Amino acid sequence: MTMTANKIALSERYTALFHANRARLDEGSSNLINRMRDIAIKRFEKVGIPGFKNEDYKYTNLERVFDQDYRHILEYEKVDIDLNEAFRCDVPQLDTHVVLLVNGWYYAKNQPLQNLPKGVVVGSLQEVANEQPELVQDYLNRQAGLSEDPIVALNTALAKDGFFLYVPDHVVLEKPIQVINLMRAEDAVFATQRNLIVVGKNSQAKVIFCDHTLSARDFLTNNVTEVFVGEDAVADVYTVQNQDNQANSINSSFFKQGANSNLLTSVATLHGGLIRNNLKVEFAGEHAEANVYGMSFTDKKQHVDNFTNIEHAYPNCLSNQVYKNVLDEDSVGAFTGRIHVVRDAQKTNAFQRNNNVLLTDSAKMNTKPQLIIDADDVKCSHGATVGQIDEEALFYLRARGIGESDARMMLMNAFAHEVVQNIRVEPLRDRIDELVEKRLRGELARCHSCDMS
Amino acid sequence: MLTIKNLRVAVEGKEILKGINLEIKAGEVHAIMGPNGSGKSTLGNVLAGKEEYEILEGEVLYEGQDLLDLSAEDRSRMGLFLGFQYPVEIPGVPMVNFIKTSVNEHRKFKGLEPLTAGEFLKLMREKKELVHLDSQLTNRSVNEGFSGGEKKKNEIFQMAMLEPKLAILDETDSGLDIDALRVVSEGVNALKNPERSAIVITHYQRLLEYIVPDFVHVLYQGRIVKSAGKELALELEEKGYDWLKK
Repeated sequence: MTMTANKIALSERYTALFHANRARLDEGSSNLINRMRDIAIKRFEKVGIPGFKNEDYKYTNLERVFDQDYRHILEYEKVDIDLNEAFRCDVPQLDTHVVLLVNGWYYAKNQPLQNLPKGVVVGSLQEVANEQPELVQDYLNRQAGLSEDPIVALNTALAKDGFFLYVPDHVVLEKPIQVINLMRAEDAVFATQRNLIVVGKNSQAKVIFCDHTLSARDFLTNNVTEVFVGEDAVADVYTVQNQDNQANSINSSFFKQGANSNLLTSVATLHGGLIRNNLKVEFAGEHAEANVYGMSFTDKKQHVDNFTNIEHAYPNCLSNQVYKNVLDEDSVGAFTGRIHVVRDAQKTNAFQRNNNVLLTDSAKMNTKPQLIIDADDVKCSHGATVGQIDEEALFYLRARGIGESDARMMLMNAFAHEVVQNIRVEPLRDRIDELVEKRLRGELARCHSCDMS
Repeated sequence: MLTIKNLRVAVEGKEILKGINLEIKAGEVHAIMGPNGSGKSTLGNVLAGKEEYEILEGEVLYEGQDLLDLSAEDRSRMGLFLGFQYPVEIPGVPMVNFIKTSVNEHRKFKGLEPLTAGEFLKLMREKKELVHLDSQLTNRSVNEGFSGGEKKKNEIFQMAMLEPKLAILDETDSGLDIDALRVVSEGVNALKNPERSAIVITHYQRLLEYIVPDFVHVLYQGRIVKSAGKELALELEEKGYDWLKK
């Protein structure tokens, strides 16, 4: 079979799966979710699984991870152990509301959350869409539905559940919500997860996603998250990716920000096989600010690709991106940062930086800024570096008695610290500092941060 | 304390040091002078353990041990200190962490317990006063945003924290105004005792008014072309180096 024929066959497998399970997909889900499926699968069919020729995926070959015989989980499967008992995150003093998801589904035995402010809803997307559709209907697929990305369309076609958070206007959610995404199966599983987060006007919320695996199997997760940040709202969304290297994931996050809103989002990638993070921020009002950070520490044959797209659709907004990667052994990284300043989005400030350290000759990094600026009164900057550890600094530290491996560690930690220090949840910041150090020392195993009994 | 025998060193195939012989005994201060490009900094860096140099021939004994066989970190732990000509800025590594790690590595090497937080802060306060180092600077990253003078003071501060047996000061006076020069020299002199030695690498006689050497050596084109007492520095100040370039 030629490559093209193979690609068609691969994509057809997914459309065939969709059609064969059409009724099962609708079963149990609200029409709000189901009504999007047919359009979405057509959109997916048009492009199929993106190959190297797709400009947006030129650094990441998804065909390899899609071309496997996965089991798709089309209805909730009971978990034979109590995850609340079995799982606890050992971040000290990280006082959060914990919510567990397993294989893309909201865990049925999640403990009820105590003392949530009035009107705040945390739960399963499927359930909330059925029971309180008014909270979902104005938001679901309003961002993802406009995406040309076939993987996002495939998510929309297949998704049945995921995490849901609604914070009404003028509410401050003090405690972060910690969403623990667990993959657990004895066979190869394809998980489709759809999350929706709505932070009302003048409200504040923090969400921490932790991606973990509880078994080492071939997993593929197609995760789509839509976040709506209301006017004057402040939202933090953190993601810690620490899956087994046999697990692959594509995560597409969409952020729409109202006027005067403030967003901070940061992703830390520690372990995992192939990881693609798509991120889009769109300003829907003036004087909004988005701070977008990412860092990855990779080795072996890990592949981490961050693809960002900041849409400056209104004047007077600020975006600031910093992505840093430390690549060891044969790992491969990519960063594409697109900034689009539309006509009349004057007084835009848009900054972007991508710094990378290659620790071996075989590690590889691709970095590509893409600035499209259609307004004239703007401040935009971008910069990318790919380099090695600073030998002068290394010698300086060693000349003061600090051993070579400790000195290297100090320098790599320092490199990452610029990203870590922006985390606005202090215990999480300390914990990530520690995780990064353990990761760099090679002491961080899969799910080290989860104490499984 | 330190014996250098016929040391020949090359960088990228080019021979820089062409047979250095030097003997330094405990308690002595040696000044190494010479025009630019004569190999002064190379000598300092080779002694401190920088790896980009190729040792062609020769031997260096430090306290009876083969110095060239030791890693940079072990040389430091054994009491050898290089005060850098151009201290590097290391953003993201806080000064306090750096100094603390350094001091405790030295203690570990001597079989001592690490300092408690209280002991460490007390020691740091004491040594900062010695060199009049601005208190705020230790809250920053290593050398980050320090002025030229502050960087040099920071080197002497680190030296004071580590109390080395053999200090090599590479052009510590360059870029210093007269006040800073005095402060730096006082810091160096405060550490002087019969067990400690120093190699002061400098261009100018100026520094040697404050740090009085026992011996002055002139390095020229990779060789020590003249050695004498402290009066040689004055002679060089008057006559320049030309009379030695024959």
